[in-house]
Amino acid sequence: MLKVSQLTKKFGTFTALNGVNFEVGEGEIFGFIGPNGAGKSTTIRILLGLIQATSGEATIFGKNVWSDAVEIHKRLAYVPGDVHLWPNLTGGEVIDLFGKLQGEMDRKRRDELIARFDLDPTKKCRTYSKGNRQKVALVSAFASEADLFILDEPTSGLDPLMEQIFQESVLELKEQGKSVLLSSHILSEVEKLCDRVGIIRQGEIIESGTLEELRHLTRINFVVETKERIVGLESLNGIHEIEQLGDTLSFQVDSSYIDEVIRHISQFGIQKLESTPPTLEDLFMRHYEPKVTSAQGGRSQ
Amino acid sequence: MSQLVFAQTGILSRFIFRQDRWRIMFWIVGISLATWSVPIAFKDLYGLEEQRNVMALTMENPAMIAMVGTADLSNYTIGIMTAHQMLLLTALVVGIMNILLVARHVRGDEEDGRLEMIRALPVGRLSNVHATVIVFIMVNVALAVISGLGLYALQIESMGLEGSLLYGATLGATGILFISVTSLFAQMCESTRGTIGFSIGFLLIAYMLRAIGDISAESLSWISPLGWITKTETYGLNKWWPVFFLLGIALVLFVITYLLNARRDVGAGLLPSKPGRKYATSFLKSPIGLSFRLQRVGFISWAIGMFVLGVSYGSVLGDIDSFFQGNERLEQMIASDNHLSAVEQFLPIIMMVMAIIATIPPIISMNKLVGEERKNRLEQLMAKSISRTQVMARFVIVALVNGMVMLSLAAIGLWSAGTLVMEEPLSFREFYQMGIIYYPALLLILSLAVLIIGWVPRLTSVVWLYLVYSFIVVYLGELFQFSNFVIQISPFGHIPQLPLEEMSWMPIIALLSLSSLLIVTGIIGYNRRDIQG
Ligand SMILES: Nc1ncnc2c1ncn2[C@@H]1O[C@H](COP(=O)(O)OP(=O)(O)OP(=O)(O)O)[C@@H](O)[C@H]1O
Ligand SMILES: [Mg+2]
Repeated sequence: MLKVSQLTKKFGTFTALNGVNFEVGEGEIFGFIGPNGAGKSTTIRILLGLIQATSGEATIFGKNVWSDAVEIHKRLAYVPGDVHLWPNLTGGEVIDLFGKLQGEMDRKRRDELIARFDLDPTKKCRTYSKGNRQKVALVSAFASEADLFILDEPTSGLDPLMEQIFQESVLELKEQGKSVLLSSHILSEVEKLCDRVGIIRQGEIIESGTLEELRHLTRINFVVETKERIVGLESLNGIHEIEQLGDTLSFQVDSSYIDEVIRHISQFGIQKLESTPPTLEDLFMRHYEPKVTSAQGGRSQ
Repeated sequence: MSQLVFAQTGILSRFIFRQDRWRIMFWIVGISLATWSVPIAFKDLYGLEEQRNVMALTMENPAMIAMVGTADLSNYTIGIMTAHQMLLLTALVVGIMNILLVARHVRGDEEDGRLEMIRALPVGRLSNVHATVIVFIMVNVALAVISGLGLYALQIESMGLEGSLLYGATLGATGILFISVTSLFAQMCESTRGTIGFSIGFLLIAYMLRAIGDISAESLSWISPLGWITKTETYGLNKWWPVFFLLGIALVLFVITYLLNARRDVGAGLLPSKPGRKYATSFLKSPIGLSFRLQRVGFISWAIGMFVLGVSYGSVLGDIDSFFQGNERLEQMIASDNHLSAVEQFLPIIMMVMAIIATIPPIISMNKLVGEERKNRLEQLMAKSISRTQVMARFVIVALVNGMVMLSLAAIGLWSAGTLVMEEPLSFREFYQMGIIYYPALLLILSLAVLIIGWVPRLTSVVWLYLVYSFIVVYLGELFQFSNFVIQISPFGHIPQLPLEEMSWMPIIALLSLSSLLIVTGIIGYNRRDIQG
C-alpha cells in the first residue's frame, strides 16, 4: 500500500531525513511517532508529492509519489496538524470545494460527519478556532472515498470529547479495511489505534514493529524482597538502575535477560516479586532521549 | 502527463474568480472610468487646437517626457493627447493591479499553508499557477475590451475604433506581462511580500529606464517593456507590434515560471534563505527593535529606491535648463512670472511627487501593526508586560523616522545629480529645504493612518485612497485646472512651494498640530478597541 525505502531529504546542507524505511500494509493503522523536528512532517510532505526527496524511493498504491501524485491523490486523504483555510469562505464551502476536487463526496456522509464533529459549517473560516479549522479538514477527509489516510497530528487542537470521536472514526475506517498513517504526539491515541508504530529520530527510523514487539524490546520494572541480601546483581547483563530501599530492591531488566535475572535472584529466597510492564511513555521516552544509542535501546543482537 | 500537471485547473479557476470577483470588478470599473473621463475632460478644457498646441509645447519639457513619455507633439489631437498623458500612467496602475491580485494566489496561498491541502488532493503540480494565469489573462482581456470600446463609444473625433482598441489592448498586454513577472518572482521568493516587492521593483526600474531612455538614451527605452507603450503611437499611427512584443515576453516568462514551479518543493523559493541568528541582538531587544526588524528589508529597498528616484529626477534638471534656454517663447512665458530659472519653476512639482511617493513606505511601516494583528502575532506581544500605548508608539516612531529618512534621501538624491548637470546649481541647503518642507504633509497622512488603526482597522485602505487622491490632484491638477478647494483637500496642497512661493509657517504649524492630535486620538482608540483574533 505505502512503501518507503532509503528516503533521504536534504534542505541545503541540513539532512532532515536520512535513509528512512517503513511500510504500511492494507487495512493497517501505522503510528508514526518521534520528537519535535524528527522528520515526520517532512516524510509526509514527500509522500504527498509536495516536496521532492533527495534520494530514495517512496510509493503509494505501487505508484511513485512525485510523478504520479495526481493519480495517487484520488484515493488519498490528508489532514495536517495546522489547518489554514480561506478566511472569507465558510467551513461548509471549503468542505465542498475539497470534495469537488477529490472527485466525489457522499453528501449524506458529509452532513453526518459535520453533525458528529459538532461543526458549524455556516461560519466564515476567519472566525473558526484552531480546533474548528481542524474539524473542517477532518470532516472532508473522512467524507472522502479514500483508501489511504495520511494524518499529521490531526488532533492537536481537539478537545477530549472530539478526540474520542476522532478515534471512533479512525476505527471505523479500519473496519472498512482502509489504511491510515497517523503521526501523533498523543501516545494514548497511538496505543489505542495503531497496529504498528515506527519511531523516527533525527531523520532515522530507530524502531518499528507492533506495540507488543516494541514492549519486548524494552525493560521491565521489578521490585523484590528477598530473605537474604542479593549480591552480584551488578555483574549480570541487561540490568539497570538498581536501587535499594530498606528491604526492597528495585531495578529494571532488559526483556531479553529476564530469565537469567530471575534465576539469579531466586537463589536468595524471594518473598515478594512485583513486575510492571513498561508504559508506553517509558518506552517512548527512552527513544526520545537524545543520548540513547540503538544498542542500549535494546535492539536484539 | 500534461493533463496531469494541470489536473482540475477548471475548478480552481472558478474558485479563484469567486474569491476575487469583487476586487476584480472594483479594479476594472475604476480603471475604465478613469480612462473614459480623461478625454471627456480634455474635450472641455482643450477643445481648441491653439489650446492643445500650448499644452504640446509644455510637453516638450524633458521633465514631462520623463513622466509620461514621448508622443507626436506636432499633431496633438485629443486622442493623441489622451494616449500621451494617460496611457503609460494607466498601464502602471494596471501593472500594480496585476501584481497585487496575482501574488495572493501564486504565493499567498502557498505561504499561508492553504496550497498544501489543495495539493494533497488530486490536483496537478501546475494547476494553481495555471488557474491563476488563466483567470487573470481573462481579466485583462476584459479590461482591454471594456476600456477600449468605452473610449470609442465616447465618439470623439480623433479617437477612432482602431486606436481605441489599441489603447485597451496595450493596457491588457501590460497587465498580462505583469501576471507573468509576478508569477515568476513567486517562484523565487518564499513570501508574498517578497514577491510583491520584487515585482513592483521591476515595474519601477522599467519605468525609470524608460524615462532616462526617452530623454537621452534611446536604447534604454527599447530595453524597458514600459518603453514600448508609447511606441504604439495610439490614435496616431496605431502600431500594434508593441502589444505583440509584450505578449511574447509574457509567454516566455510563463514558460520559465511553469518549468520552475513544476520542479520545486511546495513552500520553497529558489532564492536561498539562510539560517538566522541564534540570539537576538541587543538592538532587536530594544523598544523599537522588533518593529524595525520586521520591516528591515522593505526599509532598505525603499531607501535605495527613493535615492535612485531623486537621482533620476536630478539628472534631467540639466536638460530642463538647456531646453528652456533654447526656446525663447517658453522662456518669456516663464520669465514673466518672476526672476526664477526654469529649473526652479519645476522643482516644486518634482519635489511634491517625490514627497507623495516617500509617504508610501512610512504608511506601509505603520500598517504593519495591523498586519501583525491580523496574523495573530500581536497577542503574544500584548501578553507581555507592555502597554498598548507602548506597542503603538513604537510603530509610530519607526514610521516617523522612516518618513524622514525617505524624504531626505529623495532630496539628497536630487541634489547630488542636480549639482552635476545644472549650470548654476542650487546649494544643498536649498534642495534639502525644498524637500523637507513636505514632511508635515507626509506626517498628516501618516497620522491619519494611526487614527484609523486606532479606531477602525478595517478601513486602512482609506489612507491609500487619500494618498492616490493627493497624487492625482498634484499630478493632473494643472492639466485639468482643478479648483483650489479640490487641491487643498490634500495636505500636499497646503505646503508652500519653495522657491516659487514665500515661506509661510501657518500651514506648517497647522498640519503639525493636526497630526499630533490625530496620533494622540489614534493611540487612545487603540487602547480601547478589541485586538482581533
Ligand atoms: N523547508 C525547510 N528548510 C530547512 N529545514 C527544514 C525545512 N522543513 C523542515 N526542516 C527541518 O527538518 C526537520 C524535520 O522537520 P519536520 O517538520 O519533519 O519535523 P516533525 O517530526 O514533523 O516535528 P513536529 O513533531 O514538531 O511536527 C526539522 O529540523 C526542520 O527544522
Ligand atoms: Mg510535524
